[in-house]
Amino acid sequence: MIRPDAPVLLEIRDLQAAVEDQPILKGVNLTIRAGEIHAVMGRNGSGKSTLSKVLAGHPAYSVTGGNVHYRGDNLLELEPEQRSRIGLFLGFQYPVEIPGVSNLEFLRVATNARRIERGEEELDTFAFEDLVRERLKVVQMDPAFLDRSVNEGFSGGEKKRNEILQMALLEPLVAILDETDSGLDIDALRIVADGVNQLAGPDNATLLITHYQRLLDLITPDFVHVMAAGRILRTGGKELALELERTGYDWVDQELARLERAPAEVA
Amino acid sequence: MVAAPAAPVTGSAAWLADLAGAPLPVRRQEDWRFTDLAPLHTVAPQLWSGSDPFAGVVLPDGVTPLQPSETLALQEQVLQATGSAAAWPVLLNQGAAPRCLALRVSGAAGPLQLDVAAGAAPGLRAVQVLLLLDDGASLELLLHPSSSGANATSLLAAAQLGRDARLQLGVLAPGDPRACLLAHLVVSQQAGSHLQLTTATAGWALSRLEPRIVQREGAAHTRLRALQLVNGQEIADTHSLVRFEGPDGELDQLHKVVADGAGRSVFNGAVQVPQPAQQTNAAQLSRSLLLSERARVDTKPELEIVADDVKCAHGATVSRLQQNELFYLQSRGIGADQAARLLLRGYCEEVLRELPAAAALNPLQLLLRERP
Repeated sequence: MIRPDAPVLLEIRDLQAAVEDQPILKGVNLTIRAGEIHAVMGRNGSGKSTLSKVLAGHPAYSVTGGNVHYRGDNLLELEPEQRSRIGLFLGFQYPVEIPGVSNLEFLRVATNARRIERGEEELDTFAFEDLVRERLKVVQMDPAFLDRSVNEGFSGGEKKRNEILQMALLEPLVAILDETDSGLDIDALRIVADGVNQLAGPDNATLLITHYQRLLDLITPDFVHVMAAGRILRTGGKELALELERTGYDWVDQELARLERAPAEVA
Repeated sequence: MVAAPAAPVTGSAAWLADLAGAPLPVRRQEDWRFTDLAPLHTVAPQLWSGSDPFAGVVLPDGVTPLQPSETLALQEQVLQATGSAAAWPVLLNQGAAPRCLALRVSGAAGPLQLDVAAGAAPGLRAVQVLLLLDDGASLELLLHPSSSGANATSLLAAAQLGRDARLQLGVLAPGDPRACLLAHLVVSQQAGSHLQLTTATAGWALSRLEPRIVQREGAAHTRLRALQLVNGQEIADTHSLVRFEGPDGELDQLHKVVADGAGRSVFNGAVQVPQPAQQTNAAQLSRSLLLSERARVDTKPELEIVADDVKCAHGATVSRLQQNELFYLQSRGIGADQAARLLLRGYCEEVLRELPAAAALNPLQLLLRERP
């Protein structure tokens, strides 16, 4: 839902980032307002996942330039846990297995961290059980997964459902979903997409990172951005994703080549 | 029996050698190479004279006391079978006027918990727990030695498992940075029997665990789970030995360590598979978590395999807390310190949840007691 007067939730300006001194992001610009659904597409290695990890504060990535503001505050100076508490959520492409840590306990601690930040009361074990059972319905998840260790022995689809369950509990304002569709069969994809659609509303925003149109058939984006070589090369509406599906990414190479030449021509 | 000197003399352990009838092990001996026995030298040279820890024990159905004559014979048999008769911790235990609980188990019995709390009393206390499991019998037993002062506990647990018997034996041992624990745990298994031995130690100036398991005829199942936590200047040492004397035996062994501060952890896991032990299937994994620059971990598998048609896997990892696990928790609003504690807890729980008969206890809380 595009509303030009909706508040800006995330403002990314000329963001540059590196991993182990290897530049990956080379000047990303993106503005996300409340109510919007954005999709970032691009080939492997274009910087899509790096963008999501930098926004969430992964310690392996260093920001080398630019800035990111979340509801007016400098996001980049916050620890990862603080970013989550104030409403930024990263759905992992590869959710991490944590043996020995109960999923239920993990979900409760995470939910309470967000609730405290919002000035809400912490939930005890019983109150939380009620809440989590209600939210399980969003992703049609079996309650048995609450008693297991975090993601341990979960199938790919179960892990992604567990990510969306976390999103349903944390109620983020900006949810970044990094290739949430990867490794899902068509039924699981539908359930996960359905969950995301249920959680999307006029006050929050979603940033989908994906390779495939098939996710965008189920979650309709307001904006589609094509990333290449660490930049957003082109932005359009949902029709841009359809065009990509038809024509592939060959035009990206041409445009990149033109950009590489451009400074020389100017000189 | 040696009379305890009246006044404590620190810095000497001659009285321990007298009790054992053999000199203290020294680091020239391969089995004690990494293990500094200095903390033993600070124990006041006296035998603890408090009440019998086993006096108030209520035995569950199916468990009866053994006759004294049976007791001696059982101890001798198991120590012979496991080659433990001359081990120094055994000699010390036998020489230190041990309190002994000797039990016969018939049918399905348990669970049973035996507390051996040294408290703050000075000196050395020796206890023995001897178990004879009849064919088909089963028992869940938790031994719970603990200390809160400058003293030493010597524990000898010996069990003989009849055919198809099942023993779940746990040792949950929260210690004190001034205390020592020497535990020798020997089990002789007959065919079809099932042993699960789970040990967890933390907080001792010195702990030395010596599990020695022998499958007399092979064709038995042995599952070993261990967790040892060291911090400060503590030393925790486990020397385990599993020997298969017949075919078709199984071993599944996991040894986990958390080393913090300037703590020192030693693990030596011997597995012996002689010629008759064909079709043995053994797996040993040692996993260590190093939380400090000054902590030290020594881990060594010691596989002696003569039989040619066997599977014997072993592996060892030493690592820090995983960055991707920490980040995942942090990205859900959980602070770095709490995330590290959760991961540590999860790491420990993998072993602790297998402790038998510990439902009424919170093992991790006990182990982390008064620890920084």
